[in-house]
Amino acid sequence: MLAALIGFLGDFDLAEEAAQEAFAIAAERWPVDGTPDNPRAWLVTTARNRAIDRIRRDRTLAAKTALLELPEPTQDEPAETPMPDERLELLFTCCHPALALDAQVALTLRTLGGLTTDEIARAFLVPEPTMAKRLVRAKHKIRAAGIPFRVPPPHLLPERLAAVLAAVYLIFNEGYGGRGDLAGEAIRLGRALAELMPDEPEAHALLALMLLNNARREARFADGSIVLLRDQDRSVWDADEIAEGRGELERALALRGRGPYALQAEIAAHHVDDPPDWTRIAQLYAELARATGSPVVELNRAAAVAEAGNTEAALALAEELDLDDYHYLHATRAELLRRLDRTEDARAAYERALELVHSDAERRFLEQRLAELP
Amino acid sequence: MHHDEGGTVKYMLLINQGEFDVAELSQDELEQIGAEYQAINQTEGVTPGTWMEPPETSTTVRVDNGQTLTTDGPFVSVKEALGGYLFYEADDLDAAIELAARIPASRLGGCVEIRPLKEGY
Repeated sequence: MLAALIGFLGDFDLAEEAAQEAFAIAAERWPVDGTPDNPRAWLVTTARNRAIDRIRRDRTLAAKTALLELPEPTQDEPAETPMPDERLELLFTCCHPALALDAQVALTLRTLGGLTTDEIARAFLVPEPTMAKRLVRAKHKIRAAGIPFRVPPPHLLPERLAAVLAAVYLIFNEGYGGRGDLAGEAIRLGRALAELMPDEPEAHALLALMLLNNARREARFADGSIVLLRDQDRSVWDADEIAEGRGELERALALRGRGPYALQAEIAAHHVDDPPDWTRIAQLYAELARATGSPVVELNRAAAVAEAGNTEAALALAEELDLDDYHYLHATRAELLRRLDRTEDARAAYERALELVHSDAERRFLEQRLAELP
Repeated sequence: MHHDEGGTVKYMLLINQGEFDVAELSQDELEQIGAEYQAINQTEGVTPGTWMEPPETSTTVRVDNGQTLTTDGPFVSVKEALGGYLFYEADDLDAAIELAARIPASRLGGCVEIRPLKEGY
């Protein structure tokens, strides 16, 4: 709804205010008049009319405003005027390269993910007022610098793609940690991007990656604790999502996709195989590590090498990584040390991981493992 | 968006020439660059700026307690100094970015800054 309003009004702040007003009116009227047939269209139209009224009022006060050519507020039944879905336009506006990268991500999480400023501030590890200022600055720049609200023309799409995919994947990961609505929103955006750019392998690959991971979401938690892949209940995996994800991956590979999302999607597809081919997964992680230079990917490779049966080699890989502040490094080392019967070293590693962990589900998992040590 | 009645935004494009040395370019290259600037100046919506002498010829002025202080050279370092400018009235920032990328300075070691102008002045 916000996307449709921003698209129409060209102003983030005005759209947010108008949306709030429309919800307030709905709260008064719906219980009396009944809920309209198309609540979303009703809200958008009401918000739009409110915004137009407001602009007209403001215009008599301050002669100059951004929007002079406004249509008349529609007086007809609001429920009969559906608005086009403009989330894709909003996505490209938020991810415009003229905005700083962290501002792009923050703005996307705020406007498309619906996260509060405080939630985004926590994700970025900055104080809330800092994040609020950053968002205000970005919104002001969109308006003042004339950043367009549209899907870019085809010749600009390739250079805009990376930022848009990254933002969608961040929304997905925010949802994967528990907020299912956000994961669903990210997948919807991923589908729209794959449709918009049918010949772009990374667009299909990202969609495949999200679908294949999301299919296992229900099985990832039990009693508030993380469940490892090998202990997950396969009967609660979503078979339709896995099938759709595999289809998207095939499309990406047929387009000769070898980018980071294609590699990750291929890994995710191997994860849902029974049993997973851990040797192949380790190879794919090695390729991904070369492409990204990420030590976190190297850590995943170490875990795959261990699953493939070579615990010593896995531990040697993990010990080389410069990730001392990352709880997964210590959790992985602890698991490997435990398998090698180095109980005391494993205990120390679990304790270090527990010092660093933030999520309650992960904490419970680690505490359980620590308690199970002989 | 910061649009006037025609649905356009006015920008000033500030051109930095970088450190490239005219003497290193061949006659053909110079003619090519000249033709490119001419094409830009003839683009619809562009109001060309006037050519400037290089930043080494600049003088910077400050007034401190009523006293005028002058120093030789630009306020910023010579290689960061403004080398030229133009005005562009365009649909949106994407159009301005495309024009900026066509300005030869932006590929010859310099750069172009796009600044939206305030409306109503």
